Amino acid sequence: MSAYAGDVAALARKDLLLEFRSRDTLPAMLLFVVSALTIFHFALPSGSSERAETGLLWIAIVFTALLGLTRAFAAEREQGVLDGLVLAPCDRSAIWLGKTIGVTVFLVLAELVALPAFALFFHPLSWDLVAAVALADIGIASIGTLLAAMAAASRARELLLPLLFLPLAIPVVIGGVGASIASNPGSFLGFLILYDGVFAILSWASFEYVVTE
Amino acid sequence: MAPRGRDYTRAVIQARQLSKRFGDKRVLEELDLEVPRGGFVLVTGPNGSGKTTLLRLCAGLFAPTAGELEVEARRGEIGFLAHQPLVYSELTALENLDLYGRLYRLPDRRERAGAMLERFGLWRARNERAGTFSRGMLQRLALSRTFLHDPDLLLLDEPFDGLDAEGSELLHTELAERTAVTALVATHDPEALAARATARLALA
Amino acid sequence: MSTWLPSEDRRGPSLRFGPLFAAAAAGLLVGGFALAFYWAPEDADQGFSQKIFYLHVPIALTAYACFGWGAWKALRLLWTGERRYDLESYTAIHMGVIFGLLTLVTGSIWAKISWGEWWTWGERQLVLFLILFLFYSSYFMLRYSTDPGPRRERNSAVYALFGVVLIPVSFLAVRIAGTILHPTIFTHEGADLPWQMLVAFLVCLAGMLSLAATLYRVELTGKRIDASLRELRELLA
Repeated sequence: MSAYAGDVAALARKDLLLEFRSRDTLPAMLLFVVSALTIFHFALPSGSSERAETGLLWIAIVFTALLGLTRAFAAEREQGVLDGLVLAPCDRSAIWLGKTIGVTVFLVLAELVALPAFALFFHPLSWDLVAAVALADIGIASIGTLLAAMAAASRARELLLPLLFLPLAIPVVIGGVGASIASNPGSFLGFLILYDGVFAILSWASFEYVVTE
Repeated sequence: MAPRGRDYTRAVIQARQLSKRFGDKRVLEELDLEVPRGGFVLVTGPNGSGKTTLLRLCAGLFAPTAGELEVEARRGEIGFLAHQPLVYSELTALENLDLYGRLYRLPDRRERAGAMLERFGLWRARNERAGTFSRGMLQRLALSRTFLHDPDLLLLDEPFDGLDAEGSELLHTELAERTAVTALVATHDPEALAARATARLALA
Repeated sequence: MSTWLPSEDRRGPSLRFGPLFAAAAAGLLVGGFALAFYWAPEDADQGFSQKIFYLHVPIALTAYACFGWGAWKALRLLWTGERRYDLESYTAIHMGVIFGLLTLVTGSIWAKISWGEWWTWGERQLVLFLILFLFYSSYFMLRYSTDPGPRRERNSAVYALFGVVLIPVSFLAVRIAGTILHPTIFTHEGADLPWQMLVAFLVCLAGMLSLAATLYRVELTGKRIDASLRELRELLA
């Protein structure tokens, strides 16, 4: 059990170290989300409701996440390293968990910029929204990591990942926007927890089949 | 194709009518192969004859299209050298080996990583990112990675590729020290390993 | 390690019972619709237009059944590694998408008849099917853009499992979305069904399922023949 945890920790640490050194993905995500929020301002005619603005925040989050996810296995693909990881005696699901933790950290870092920017451009945020974003990050990272590995096997991976991801992201948006604007966010937050639990377990269990033949 | 040499009861690699197809392209066809324990088999053949595919099948990276393949080695006992070095460009040599050491559950991975780098003449470059390495250095790093966990079964794809004279020397030394390994080696230059080889397999 | 023998993949439903299935489907469907249109009472509120319920809901339930069947075959593929399950899973999902599209069409027609709109976000069933339709269309994109082989089979199987999990999750999501985002003003969930309606409905449902089963077998057999032909061609080449 602790060997598994050690594997996951080593892999997650490796991803964060790689990003810290190469700075490929995170700056792009930060710039993207701020640009998106700016475009949203111009896309919303004046007099638009706060609810509409909140909805657009969630769109920004989903698409920023997509941007980051397309890079999720980039380092592994470049040098063929994924073969090396798959051949190691560790559980393949540890690769998924390590990578998902890394992606979640990236999402959180991006949101540390996105949420204040949103509050600045549009209107102040509630803690329910922040909680919903945190829960959504877990779900998005979970399925995103698995789908990124799936798309890597295809010919048109940059096109395929959004297509595979977006239908699965719809419940996250429903839960997230609902929690952000409802007077009783509990059921929406509870739904996000359910979503996370169900899809994280499914992703964890099926990752093995996606990276091996 | 009868390999001479040791007499162990169970062959490490046993292939019967092994075939592999990628879509319409038939790469391996009805290959029979037996590599006994301690055997050192050289696989020769022109480009595209399936040497790499055979090694990848034995490593378990994909499954055959038809036929049987039995490899009596667990994942942690196989040392696989591919065309690509399988290292992260943005990690240093030491960090790369440390990661693999962790994944291969080596208790003394720091020491082993250092020792392997020394054995392949990379000690001075241990804290440099793999992305800055030359072709030869990358090959040496890949070899360090391959031998790091003292594998029982070696699957080497063109091990001398990119190595200079010194590197080749180091590889020969390394192989000479490992007398008990079983190996399947794809190579363009079988004469380099002729002394060690117990058998040869020529793919069309 | 496993042994891959393509000739073993030819197991599966033969066309021997095909005519029986087709006859059963035809009989049940004709009988069901006859019951629906001539025997079951008219709905008090909606009148004759409610009859489309006998078409729309069985089609929807059949679509769910197809997706479930496809997911089951996908699970078998991952569990046993036998390649024939890939074709079976793919065919079932293909059926599901066809029935799903029909669900959207019949649902849209019903919406137009009932409320004068071709589309409404308040109709939960329609919204759910839109999400599923998008998801399973992505399934086909996945298959289309991945080269045939074990990779594609496994990825498709995993995605099919995600789909079947998405069904209840989306159902729940659309339900709670209705409370705050898009109020469900209209609903087709009527009061208790009179027993005649229930009987007619069940016969229609059985007919629709038989139809799906028939089409599934036909398509599967066709695909298997295609695959065998391809293999023969390669052997002779």
